[in-house]
Amino acid sequence: MDFLTILQILDSTVRLATPLLLACLAGLWSERAGIFDIGLEGKMLVAAFFAAAIAYTSGSVWVGLLAGIAASMVLALLHGLASITFRGNQLISGVAINFLAAGLAVVIAQTWFAQGGRTPQLSSDARFANIELPGAATRIRDIAQQGPLGQTYSELISGHSILVYLALACVPLTWWVLYRTRFGLRLRAVGENPAAVDTAGVSVVGLRFAAVLIAGVLCGIAGAYLSTALSSGFVKDMSAGRGFIALAALIFAKWRPWYALSACLLFGFFDAVGNRYQNIQLGEFIVPVQFMQALPYILVVIVLAGLVGKAIPPRAGGEPYVKER
Amino acid sequence: MTDAPAIELRGISKAFGPVQANKDIAMSVARGTIHGIVGENGAGKSTLMSILYGFYKADAGEIFINGKATAIPDSQAAIRAGIGMVHQHFKLVENFTVLENVILGAEDGALLRPSIAKARRLLTELSKEYGLKVDPDAIIEDLSVGHQQRVEILKQLYRHADILILDEPTGVLTPAEADQLFRILERLRAEGKTIILITHKLREIMEITDTVSVMRRGEMTNTVKTADTSPAELAEMMVGRKVLLQVDKTQAQPGEVVLSVRDLRVTHGGVARLKGVSFDIRRGEIFGIAGVAGNGQTELLEVLGGMMAATGGSVSLFGAPLPVTGPDANGQARRAQGIGHVPEDRQTEGLIMAFEAWENVAFGYHRDPKYNSGPLMDNTAIRADCADKMARYDVRPPNPRLPARNFSGGNQQKIVVAREMDRAPDLLLVGQPTRGVDIGAIEFIHKQIIALRDQGKAILLVSVELDEIMGLSDRIAVMFDGQIMGERLPQDTDQNALGLLMAGVTEGAA
Repeated sequence: MDFLTILQILDSTVRLATPLLLACLAGLWSERAGIFDIGLEGKMLVAAFFAAAIAYTSGSVWVGLLAGIAASMVLALLHGLASITFRGNQLISGVAINFLAAGLAVVIAQTWFAQGGRTPQLSSDARFANIELPGAATRIRDIAQQGPLGQTYSELISGHSILVYLALACVPLTWWVLYRTRFGLRLRAVGENPAAVDTAGVSVVGLRFAAVLIAGVLCGIAGAYLSTALSSGFVKDMSAGRGFIALAALIFAKWRPWYALSACLLFGFFDAVGNRYQNIQLGEFIVPVQFMQALPYILVVIVLAGLVGKAIPPRAGGEPYVKER
Repeated sequence: MTDAPAIELRGISKAFGPVQANKDIAMSVARGTIHGIVGENGAGKSTLMSILYGFYKADAGEIFINGKATAIPDSQAAIRAGIGMVHQHFKLVENFTVLENVILGAEDGALLRPSIAKARRLLTELSKEYGLKVDPDAIIEDLSVGHQQRVEILKQLYRHADILILDEPTGVLTPAEADQLFRILERLRAEGKTIILITHKLREIMEITDTVSVMRRGEMTNTVKTADTSPAELAEMMVGRKVLLQVDKTQAQPGEVVLSVRDLRVTHGGVARLKGVSFDIRRGEIFGIAGVAGNGQTELLEVLGGMMAATGGSVSLFGAPLPVTGPDANGQARRAQGIGHVPEDRQTEGLIMAFEAWENVAFGYHRDPKYNSGPLMDNTAIRADCADKMARYDVRPPNPRLPARNFSGGNQQKIVVAREMDRAPDLLLVGQPTRGVDIGAIEFIHKQIIALRDQGKAILLVSVELDEIMGLSDRIAVMFDGQIMGERLPQDTDQNALGLLMAGVTEGAA
């Protein structure tokens, strides 16, 4: 395996990890504030659809992105309404959102475009183009002639969609806000002991809604990335369980931003390897494609079951806050 | 500074549905004094303080802070008015540092760093000024309960509270910690702070307060100078009748040995909790075990009650060995052998809070033929039995269909006591029988325990309340670090001597 191949796998790792990372950070925001969110999947899916659909009709990928974010935020608001305002069960609300999203996206897609529940193929204007950083070679032939540093720069660092860089920037940003600002302190506190926040005279409801809406924005970007950057259009069930993998990554990361980056890159790497080596030959035996495609999911289970160690979720997670004396 | 009282309440009323929690309450607390509020559970103390702290809105009435009419619609307003509250259950974020907890909600700006730096400075000053020593960088869950309480007080002082409300502050403290708290409160008073102390421990009221108000059934019945009153008088005002603070009992008539414990050992989670405990209990006597919580009393009760396996030693009941490990050591078998157990924590071990009273009354005795008809449980019989027990043990309200959590603490305890004592077991294990229970119920439960003793039953009493141990026991053992430090007769010892033993000091025989 030569260096360039490794770089290509890593390059694909970053691409595949991006939606996971965005969704994982979304979950992190929400759960740090004490609201479990298994509706990441649904929010991503709805965002993927609206981003593609609006990007197609408007011809602008940015308008599409905004539409995706808006759609995701509507579902986030719904989740907030059910689980914060009406103190409903957060898991049930999340499940409902996933079902709603899966059905809604396809039905609307069929009504608008009549192409079997998908959106039409997006033209390049309606997609996020890859950004070539200055000085980066773009053609494979040119890259092959560069030294290892140049190859790393051209192949791995350069040439991603803006959303990839945005997702990566969200990691330090999330860390900074959570651990270095007043808002972050209060948000973490509300996920651990909302009564402490309430008696300090700060609104529990307000903080939790803020967190849920931030999760909505991040899921919206993740969804838009799926349909307008990773592929060119929306197809049924295109989130393919990434929302749940992101939740697994969140547990693996113990609800911390930098760990979340590592966890998502790891899961993205599994994905990239599975995609690239579809027919590995081990002596006489050929590993079936299906196994390689299932591998990332199997590894996720193994990692969660064996390697996590003690992951302590935010203590007030999943519990609606009821004022008591 | 004016001469106006720090707090004045006029005509405060508050109803929850049909229940009038506060009725036309007037109260006035002078600046720089400690004012006690006593009353039984459900008398409306906590409701009144919650109104003062902006948790509830009063239906009627006015609040004056330093002579100025002040509306307190929420906690933020209370904080602005200089009111700070230390709740019975601390409102701290357990995995945050002391500093983070102190600034939470009172940060100076959007960024934390300057706030933390300022809080660190101020905390050092406050610690010195009031003798509130605590490490600002410690994580809350690593601190003792006493230190956590200091953080709560510091939190209020950091918010410039001039009026401090403390709700049952000593309930979770050891006697030494409670003592330290009182020194701190005296210091705060000397600095001109006004303190409201809610408690049902009359000894604390007598020790520390300047004035005291008594609440009964939502009304403030009396306010007196502490120096002009006595515990007996306060108790009478609280309950509305004469109350025996001293337990009235005759000399014990001990008979044959019922329970014999030899060299009992328990290692739990790699830590030795019981390090060879031996004692006997005879018919017709109450054997009291004193000690600071966490010195092995819990393990002792749980092994004897069949809830925990021992790792060594033996126990016999009327000379026959009692299994202390294995499948036969369980609560149901113990009860069948005539051992009743009132566990230390009624909410997690004594009752299932979501279950109704009649279901709770059957636990542990659910195989009793009179509760069963064929393979099915005879719910009608259990309910009838429950109603009967509720009447005799004065459980209020006497409704078998009410879930356990809807009863007050004292009445929950009476349900457990009724279940465990009504069958007159040969041996009764009682842990903290009156923790969080009001005076009327304490008197009742104590009477029941004495009555059982006078029937010739053996009783093992574990309590962290020295008053209770001294008042009830015929013999007292003190536990420290998994061992019995010594045995005393109540008439030959006093609280100081026992306190030394509780701290592990043994030199000289008393």
